[in-house]
Amino acid sequence: MQKLTKDDVHPKIVQTLLGADVHITVDDALENEMILNMGPQHPATHGVLRLLLRLDGETVIACIPELGYLHRGYEKMAENMSYLEFIPHTDRLDYISPPANNVAYALAVEKLAGITAPPRAQYIRMLLAELARMCSHLVAIGALAMDVGALTVFLWGLREREKIMDFFDVICGARFTTSYTRIGGVASDVTTDTMKNIIAFIDQFEEKFDEMERLLNGNRIFIERLEGVGVINKEDAIDLGFTGPNIRASGVEFDLRRATPYLFYNEMDFNIPVYTEGDCLARYFVRADELRESAKIVRQVIDKIPNGEVMLNSPKKVLPRKTEIYTKMEELIHDFMIVNFGINPPVGEVYHAVENPKGVLGFYIVSKGEGQPWKMKIRSPSFANIQAIPHLVKGQMISDVVAIVGSIDPIMGEADK
Amino acid sequence: MKELLKEKLEKQFTTVQFEFIEQFDELTLKFDKSAIVNICAFLKDEDGLKFNFCEDITAIDWATRKNRFAVVYHIFSMENKFRLCLKVDVDESECSVESVSSIWKAANWAEREAYDMYGITFLNHPDLRRMYMPEEFEYHPLRKEYPLMGIPGAIPLPKK
Repeated sequence: MQKLTKDDVHPKIVQTLLGADVHITVDDALENEMILNMGPQHPATHGVLRLLLRLDGETVIACIPELGYLHRGYEKMAENMSYLEFIPHTDRLDYISPPANNVAYALAVEKLAGITAPPRAQYIRMLLAELARMCSHLVAIGALAMDVGALTVFLWGLREREKIMDFFDVICGARFTTSYTRIGGVASDVTTDTMKNIIAFIDQFEEKFDEMERLLNGNRIFIERLEGVGVINKEDAIDLGFTGPNIRASGVEFDLRRATPYLFYNEMDFNIPVYTEGDCLARYFVRADELRESAKIVRQVIDKIPNGEVMLNSPKKVLPRKTEIYTKMEELIHDFMIVNFGINPPVGEVYHAVENPKGVLGFYIVSKGEGQPWKMKIRSPSFANIQAIPHLVKGQMISDVVAIVGSIDPIMGEADK
Repeated sequence: MKELLKEKLEKQFTTVQFEFIEQFDELTLKFDKSAIVNICAFLKDEDGLKFNFCEDITAIDWATRKNRFAVVYHIFSMENKFRLCLKVDVDESECSVESVSSIWKAANWAEREAYDMYGITFLNHPDLRRMYMPEEFEYHPLRKEYPLMGIPGAIPLPKK
């Protein structure tokens, strides 16, 4: 954090930050008021989020988040590449839970193309999405604890996450940038051995997570740093577009897995944890409870998973299998056409949203019947969640800003697109 | 839900022409841009509808059509678990539409993003700045005439 001079900040931002009623400038502030720049390179902002804070002593009067430091123009790039080519780019949106993004994107394109993946593929997608949710929440809880001064939980959380990453490695061939889904299915099958290992992991995970929770729930410093900090009520939370664990901490039972069920979530037995306090501590509790619910879903998925194909047999829309490409002429032609010219879904517009670890991730795709989308809009949860930061930090101490940003759990890869 | 919407809207707004489009199990509602604020306020507050959650606002650049842009609103009713898409046409000669950020606060940044990417002005917006690009940037990157590789020299290098 450094003190700013007038040249560093664009006049329009200064104007918004100060409001119409005051006439202080950045150089010549009132006696107690100052403008403080936090980020974009700051360990507590979880990426390249820049916050401009107007302070009175240690109290935050106003806050302006500045985005765009990780803007890579994915929406422009999507207009210039085929539907299949964009899958690896979805990994880089919410880079803490790549498989969940892959699933969200594949579902949107399949809805547009009018195809449905086979049941086994859908179960595998659910399995991966829930494992990704566990990954994401482990990092979120660990990072939040680290932001308020408890380092051990972060290391323990990453240790558990590493085990999940190993499963991604076995299933997808990559730990991090998985690119696992395909239009019409998933890239490869999950073996019975892997599923047994996942169950073994879940068995020991609950015990390990209890240990982690004991470090936090009985920690007076942790509780006092978070309780009653950054409170947002139900109405404001909905109005500001909060989604995911953040809105459920404000007493709104809103989860797209229940509200508009996709995949086979309507057949799964799980609870939606809801807390009514709306403070940072409630947001932590929601994530902790969701971890257990996700573990429950993973168990049920492995229990119920049917046998069968993992890729749909629909030659015009879905890539054929490699062995068939090498031996059959028809399949070779289809592969050539799909890779070079795309899958040409019908003319139309589709919006499909799923419940990602951070909240509602939606893809809005406009097709003109060509191999490339005419337009693609990504509705990212972190973008909307960051929008609420000025509301949350108003009137709080400067040290609480760190806790509030940590409890919101923003991922800049997805907020900046 | 479609019948209810149709009945309520046509009763309330007698002068507005509504066009209902159903595609991929989604309902899209097209109308003239002048009525956008009133219709959004009605959809949010009316009993039985309660579209209280504004998921997203974006625009489409049709490039060659008569009305070049379309502004698209995705709103969700948590009570009815129903998603509705609103669509208004915006012409390049009059590239503006009323802001709905007074109705949903979530619309604030979404409209800033649409302004940044397409150059559509949202009238009566409380804080219409660019969302991602620097304030000095002159172009609107998601317009179809903007090249994929960018324009060299469009963003000045930082001062030493």
